[in-house]
Amino acid sequence: MSTTTVAPPSAGIPPRWADPAAAVAATRPRVSVFETAGQTLVMAWRALKKMRRNPEQFFDVTIQPLLFTAMFAYIFGGAISGNVRGYLPLMIPGIVAQTVLTTCMSTGVQLREDMEKGVFDRFKSLPMARIAPLAGPMVADLVRYLIAAGLTFATGAAIGYRPGGGAFGVLGAMVLSVFTGWALAWIFTWFGTIASNARMVQGLSMMILFPLTFLSNAFVPVSTLPGWLQAFVRVNPVSHLVSATRDLANHAVISSEVGWTVLACLAVIAIFAPLSVWGYKRQL
Amino acid sequence: MTQIAAIEAAGLVKAFGRLRAVDGIDLRVRQGEIFGVLGPNGAGKTTMLRMLATLLPVDAGQARVLGVDVAREPHRVRQLLGITGQYASVDEDLTATENLWMFGRLQGLRSRDARASAKRLLEQFGLADAGGKRLKEFSGGMRRRLDLAVSLITRPPLIFLDEPTTGLDPRTRGQMWDTIRGLAADGCTILLTTQYLDEADQLAGRIAVIDHGRKVAEGTPDELKASVGNSTLQLRLAPGADAELAREIVRRAAGAEPVLSPERGGLNVPLQDAGRAADVLIGFREAGVPIASVSVDRPTLDEVFLALTGHGTGSETEDAELEVAAG
Ligand SMILES: Nc1ncnc2c1ncn2[C@@H]1O[C@H](COP(=O)(O)OP(=O)(O)O)[C@@H](O)[C@H]1O
Ligand SMILES: [Mg+2]
Repeated sequence: MSTTTVAPPSAGIPPRWADPAAAVAATRPRVSVFETAGQTLVMAWRALKKMRRNPEQFFDVTIQPLLFTAMFAYIFGGAISGNVRGYLPLMIPGIVAQTVLTTCMSTGVQLREDMEKGVFDRFKSLPMARIAPLAGPMVADLVRYLIAAGLTFATGAAIGYRPGGGAFGVLGAMVLSVFTGWALAWIFTWFGTIASNARMVQGLSMMILFPLTFLSNAFVPVSTLPGWLQAFVRVNPVSHLVSATRDLANHAVISSEVGWTVLACLAVIAIFAPLSVWGYKRQL
Repeated sequence: MTQIAAIEAAGLVKAFGRLRAVDGIDLRVRQGEIFGVLGPNGAGKTTMLRMLATLLPVDAGQARVLGVDVAREPHRVRQLLGITGQYASVDEDLTATENLWMFGRLQGLRSRDARASAKRLLEQFGLADAGGKRLKEFSGGMRRRLDLAVSLITRPPLIFLDEPTTGLDPRTRGQMWDTIRGLAADGCTILLTTQYLDEADQLAGRIAVIDHGRKVAEGTPDELKASVGNSTLQLRLAPGADAELAREIVRRAAGAEPVLSPERGGLNVPLQDAGRAADVLIGFREAGVPIASVSVDRPTLDEVFLALTGHGTGSETEDAELEVAAG
């Protein structure tokens, strides 16, 4: 039967069962940085394939920018800035920050769902870097942040937003928010590796994201808030992101807010990337 | 011979809370053999395999794969074995070719080599026409074959197969057996778990019988079967029959101790020679012991268990659950 012959001698990879002692001698003690990068890219390839085949994964990065931008502009524009046009420079960077943050929340949820599938058993049994199955999808998610940020600016432009920072300012704002989304996604990836199911990840993430995005300067001027709330809003990292994005998009200025945001992001990566790998290993 | 063992485990333990799923198992698998681990559902087969494959931490005891310690150098161990689980661990959203390419790449093959190896493996496993199909469209048997193909990409010296035919229809199961035999003929060492005595019998050179996390017996299939006879006479006495007299007749005619089976009035008699069944039946008629039903069968796992442990496998419904490969 043709299915029974397993390995014709001419096949490319030599059968390692011919000489197990040599196979043992050829094993490597650990993964190299180079291998880790390669494996991460393969995992990113996998995530992109899955995105293309499950387009409903793009709902949050398309619907939310379109809907929220228009909705917020027309509902709050008059009340806060007197008119919609005047509100846009304040609001659009806020929406960019908010959509990028909600987008990175789904990174954790999807990772959790993915990890429950049988294929993750295979990833765990392979001699591959433990960070690759986590970092791969995050690399692929850069596409989603880019769509979210790009669509928000585009919707803003359609309803009359004219960013003072010009093309470079907007580009800078997008790069910053995409980077922030990517960095913060490590927090949610960590949730994904320690939570017992996807709904728990969702719940945890919402609990953190809602106060962070709404108790910030994203949609209203800080001066209109009561004093105790102002104190929180000023230290909220989302406020720094929003201010930094405003400085870039509206004035093409790389302000100290940009510096603070980048610094905060680096701190988040330094803490949560190792925590995520630890959480993932713990599941073994 | 001084060749290092393919697997050498001593006092392996894994506890889930208060349940000791694996409770002190010693195991020695020689290079090049098919070693069968036989046990009912819940015996601890999968747990043991997962510890040996570095997928679960070992609570106590130690294990070496080709001389490499599982707990201390898991990364090395992972390079030496391929594992095909009870449930296919391949990516449902990708095609068969994409799966093979991806797992090849993840193990260091260059893209071109990964593609060539994918093509070759698909042909070897009779999946050449299905390479472009997504796994959602695969039958259970095709999925299992692809899963095994993935384990063979780097042609590791050792393969673990966890219940490779559970849930397959008889034809697909026969194909899987042929594939496993082919691998062994090439020199690959195979550690196989199964719930079916006939599967272990067909494939394995040596068998360890596992129950409640412990090894209850080990030997060649012939040695194991000898402990329960080559066939079994299953009798059910009619209501009111003298059970003690019946046992006495069995002892005299068959030279074996009957085992009480779970049903009321049931007697199982292990026989070295199926022909002795006639002697037993004649003895019954001469003594006037009435019988409700009678059959002669090959020993089942349940009987091996009954003989080895004094209790059954508690899996009488197992065969009813044997689902035909899902479309
Ligand atoms: N992750 C787990 N948590 C708790 N109990 C488990 C876990 N995995 C297996 N068990 C239990 O351990 C025992 C052995 O399971 P398993 O190794 O899967 O048996 P088998 O593969 O022989 O059917 C069973 O009672 C099972 O319920
Ligand atoms: Mg099992």
